[in-house]
Amino acid sequence: MVRVTLDNVSKFFGKVKAVVDLELEIRDGEFVALLGPSGCGKTTTLLMVAGIYKPTRGRILFDDEDVTDLPPKDRNIGMVFQSYALYPHMTVYDNIAFPLKLKKVPKQEIDRKVREVAKLLQIDELLGRKPAQLSGGQRQRVALGRALVKEPDVLLLDEPLSNLDAKLRILMRAEIKRLQKELGITTIYVTHDQVEAMSMADRIAVMNKGRLQQYADPQTLYNKPANLFVAGFIGSPPMNLIEGSVVEENGAYYFVTPSFKYRLPKEIGELVASKTSDVILGIRPEDIRIVIGDGDDTAINGKVYVVEPLGRDLLVNVKAGDTLFKILAPADLQLESGQDILMAPDERKIHIFDKKTGKAIV
Amino acid sequence: MVGRESLRKRRTKALLRRVAVLVVVLMVAVLPAIPIWLMYGWLVSQSFSGRVILGVLPSKLTLENWRFLWSPIAMGEKEYPNIWPITINTLFLALGVAGLVVMVSSLSGYALSRMEFKGRTGMMQFIIALHAFPSVILLIALFVILNKLGLYGKGFMTLVGIVLIKAGLEIPMATWIIKGFFDAIPWDLEWAALVDGCSRWRVWRSVIIPLVLPGIGAVSIFSFLSGWSEFLLVFTYVAQEEYYTLPVLIYHMIGEFIHIDWGMLAALGLFYAIPTIIFFSVSQKMLLRIYVGGVKG
Repeated sequence: MVRVTLDNVSKFFGKVKAVVDLELEIRDGEFVALLGPSGCGKTTTLLMVAGIYKPTRGRILFDDEDVTDLPPKDRNIGMVFQSYALYPHMTVYDNIAFPLKLKKVPKQEIDRKVREVAKLLQIDELLGRKPAQLSGGQRQRVALGRALVKEPDVLLLDEPLSNLDAKLRILMRAEIKRLQKELGITTIYVTHDQVEAMSMADRIAVMNKGRLQQYADPQTLYNKPANLFVAGFIGSPPMNLIEGSVVEENGAYYFVTPSFKYRLPKEIGELVASKTSDVILGIRPEDIRIVIGDGDDTAINGKVYVVEPLGRDLLVNVKAGDTLFKILAPADLQLESGQDILMAPDERKIHIFDKKTGKAIV
Repeated sequence: MVGRESLRKRRTKALLRRVAVLVVVLMVAVLPAIPIWLMYGWLVSQSFSGRVILGVLPSKLTLENWRFLWSPIAMGEKEYPNIWPITINTLFLALGVAGLVVMVSSLSGYALSRMEFKGRTGMMQFIIALHAFPSVILLIALFVILNKLGLYGKGFMTLVGIVLIKAGLEIPMATWIIKGFFDAIPWDLEWAALVDGCSRWRVWRSVIIPLVLPGIGAVSIFSFLSGWSEFLLVFTYVAQEEYYTLPVLIYHMIGEFIHIDWGMLAALGLFYAIPTIIFFSVSQKMLLRIYVGGVKG
């Protein structure tokens, strides 16, 4: 197993900047997810680690060895593609055996390893079939088998679950995580699904427009997003983001929008006011409490717009003036459209971002 | 009741429409084929009979017309060389062309489909333009080249020269056809093979080529048939009779106006068409896939 380091890596396709100045270190045996919307450069990054794309600038290191100019076949990597990319003219057995054949492993050894991996992935009964005769889930396992059979130093997974149905996806999520921990292979996992990334990875690198936005463990990403993009991208339903300004009145600090005014805790207000006045306030749907009747003076007045029952809880859409809040409330709360309520945000969970730079202030 | 009646009317209308469509299809697709089938019918019955009644009905079954298979061909006052060396010449030409075309076009098609290099688009346009020239306008230039290469008037070596020319003329189109097959293979497959440990060459050989086999099959059949039926180049450049190919032999025999033996000519024509018939009946599906193409699974 190795440590993978991306040292200031960039990749340009003509004028298109797919990846810009990416700094990333993946520790030995770590499971890292590259997360971002489509076109953010995550697959390009993966293909650079695989050696299929050559970086325009920067270096890629496996441990301390520079592999930037090494062709894919000399990097000892295993990769699972989104389309699985199984060889249609070969049987499952031959597909899995192919990397070993290329390594000129003796036939008996190949046979032993193929059967071992097939058993591990529970595809030992499919070895004689062709890929066209397999279901999506089975193909995915075969692709995984082909990647694992040569005992790679690094495992690269490019959206391996995106072609599976929802139920199988949840099953395979746990399976891949268990397998990775069991084998201890350094793994890079590309996905646009934040739930996948949060549930599987040790650390997540969030990317947007070719740039790294934040690289941290799932809890930190969720609780302390570094900027507006991460705040909006991580979490479902997404964080409420409201534009406004911070003003001081009689020694107290307020977050003011045309629709409502909200008193900020003093320390936060001071800190924000010392930096800028135009800000965006962020608060997660589960961090706002709905109060019916009287609340304290920091609560915001609102009107229930629509209620969406999600089973375990309610997603309540509340309007304060023109601003729409999404709030997660207990399922047993009785609410009706048009009802007047109060919203009490949890002061400790407030995020404030600089409107100009998008960076987090609090 | 009104509803049911109108349903019956609509059904009758639909039936009439279907009949009309059938009639149109019959007129467009079947009628024009009748004269062609009649001609083939004549060819077959004439070759096996002494006399043909009403153009297609054979009488007096005989194998006499096929005597060229075991004896020298004599027609009128002239005796032509034995059929078998000439068949072998034709086979050599056809297989040579097919082999060369497949070898070059499967490499060039891959390069044009998969590799980035300067002038790629220009080259593809140039290739199409090349195909636009009929070989007849190149006859003199090709003659000069053959002569310079010392391949003119050298018997068998002239045939080798013609293989080179014919393959050269076929390669552009074949490259385009095969390129289409390569284009249909997803990049992921090629990348997967690279990651699995292949060199670019090995990817081509072990993963890509097996997937474009239908394309290679189609191209080889087309080029085989085009070599098999090549007339102009052999007619122009080959002087010695023993290096004739079948089309040229048949041409010369049709030239014997006065003593023409229709029965033998029909048998010879049928003999010449045998590989074509075999190839098309075996490879129909494969040829259709040229237009459908693609990798499944």
